[in-house]
Amino acid sequence: MSQRTIIPFGPQHPVLPEPIHLDLVLEDEKVVEAIPSVGFIHRGLEKLVEKKDFIDFTYVAERICGICSFIHGMTYCIAVEEISKIEPPPRAQYLRVIWSELSRLHSHLLWLGLMADAFGFESLFMHSWRVRELILDIIEETTGGRVIFGSAKPGGVRRDITNETLKLIVRKLAAYQTEMQDIVDTFLHDSSVKHRMCGVGVLSKEQAYALGAVGPTLRASGFVSDTRQLGYAAYKDLFFEPIVETAGDSYARCAVRCKELFQSVEIIRQAVDKIPEGPIDVKITTTPNGEFFARSEQPRGEVIYYAKGDGSKFLKRLRVRTPTFANIPPLLKMLPGCSLADVPVLVLTIDPCISCTER
Amino acid sequence: MIAAPKLMTVELKNLVGAVAEYKKNQYRLVQIGCTQVADGFELNYSFDKNYAFENLQLKLSINPETVPSVSGIYFNAFLYENETHDLYGIPFENIAIDYKGNFYRMAVKNPFVNPPASFAISATAPVASQPGGAA
Repeated sequence: MSQRTIIPFGPQHPVLPEPIHLDLVLEDEKVVEAIPSVGFIHRGLEKLVEKKDFIDFTYVAERICGICSFIHGMTYCIAVEEISKIEPPPRAQYLRVIWSELSRLHSHLLWLGLMADAFGFESLFMHSWRVRELILDIIEETTGGRVIFGSAKPGGVRRDITNETLKLIVRKLAAYQTEMQDIVDTFLHDSSVKHRMCGVGVLSKEQAYALGAVGPTLRASGFVSDTRQLGYAAYKDLFFEPIVETAGDSYARCAVRCKELFQSVEIIRQAVDKIPEGPIDVKITTTPNGEFFARSEQPRGEVIYYAKGDGSKFLKRLRVRTPTFANIPPLLKMLPGCSLADVPVLVLTIDPCISCTER
Repeated sequence: MIAAPKLMTVELKNLVGAVAEYKKNQYRLVQIGCTQVADGFELNYSFDKNYAFENLQLKLSINPETVPSVSGIYFNAFLYENETHDLYGIPFENIAIDYKGNFYRMAVKNPFVNPPASFAISATAPVASQPGGAA
């Protein structure tokens, strides 16, 4: 038997911009076991619900993550609306879908860039982020912010988008699809990219499900699951099928995200076609009373917001289960068997967001 | 409105059996969360199968009893159990990977039960808008 060595990976690592630590047990160059450590920057934001009223807390929820901030805010609002018996107007529901899918687009393009950077394909990294900038421009144009949208609120949304602007967004996204296709073709067909990802970190369908994987990590292993199918916001009125791959390796996880780019463009197109006229919010006259689990699909997978209120303006408890937290156990099963050089790429394939995890 | 998830209570002695039943029925463990209530704690074990969302709610006293880990049934439970232990001080036994209170690196032990003094002082005079006023 080879001698075993323990290599610390993170919390500061050139390829990993976020603070997660792994103790990698190696036999020669092969990983045989990995023990994770998180909790370097735990913020305790859930506890803040005791100090911020349920409306103001939306701003805190949006700041749980700097990438999928809008979906955090929206899911919080869904939980609060359910226990406050508030029904947001239909136009607000469609606007929530549009901003959610714009978040997914920029998040996946961000991830593609980081992935290209991880295996040293610098020009691909720059192209991915150049296209991401175009998406961020749309977000800035419609919300005023590039990272924190500030558009979600209990009872609806804070801003409207004119129908002319919505049609312009659809035209812009149709044009950007050509550029996205160039990037995706490189990711999915370039031999050097495939060399780094095909067959690396295989997670079987059974393992992915049993370990609680979510989002692209779960769907890349052949399991059909997408929380948007629950029909929250206006998703119930839109047609789409979950993107599924079957290989369960790093390449499959990349392919799911690549294909979801075009799916998001199509969902936005459908939403713009169907968005009704009308108000974008309702006046809030009730306070949260009861408990509810809200679920939505972030770019990294399912997020859960548990809210419990007692009729006062302060929630008694808010619990957030983020997708990266759920994808850590599957990561521990992907790592054994891979070589040390593949670890950074493999960790990136779950699209880790430790900022979310350290809520 | 969205359909409310199913919520069922479970007693401590029946917890492992009830969770094993979910595993047998091919549910996935979605999360374990803790809530402090007036007379103790509530632990919510959430499961999903084909978008059907169900929850087991376990009530614990103010001096919580040791809870058997379900990480032998669902491996991913180890994260939630360590988190609950560190934030609320609820003891778990036989966790698959037990960080023994070092899962989160925090200045205060069990901060969700014993928040630091600075949090308690400002919480007595919250600055907040009236419902509807901030919209």
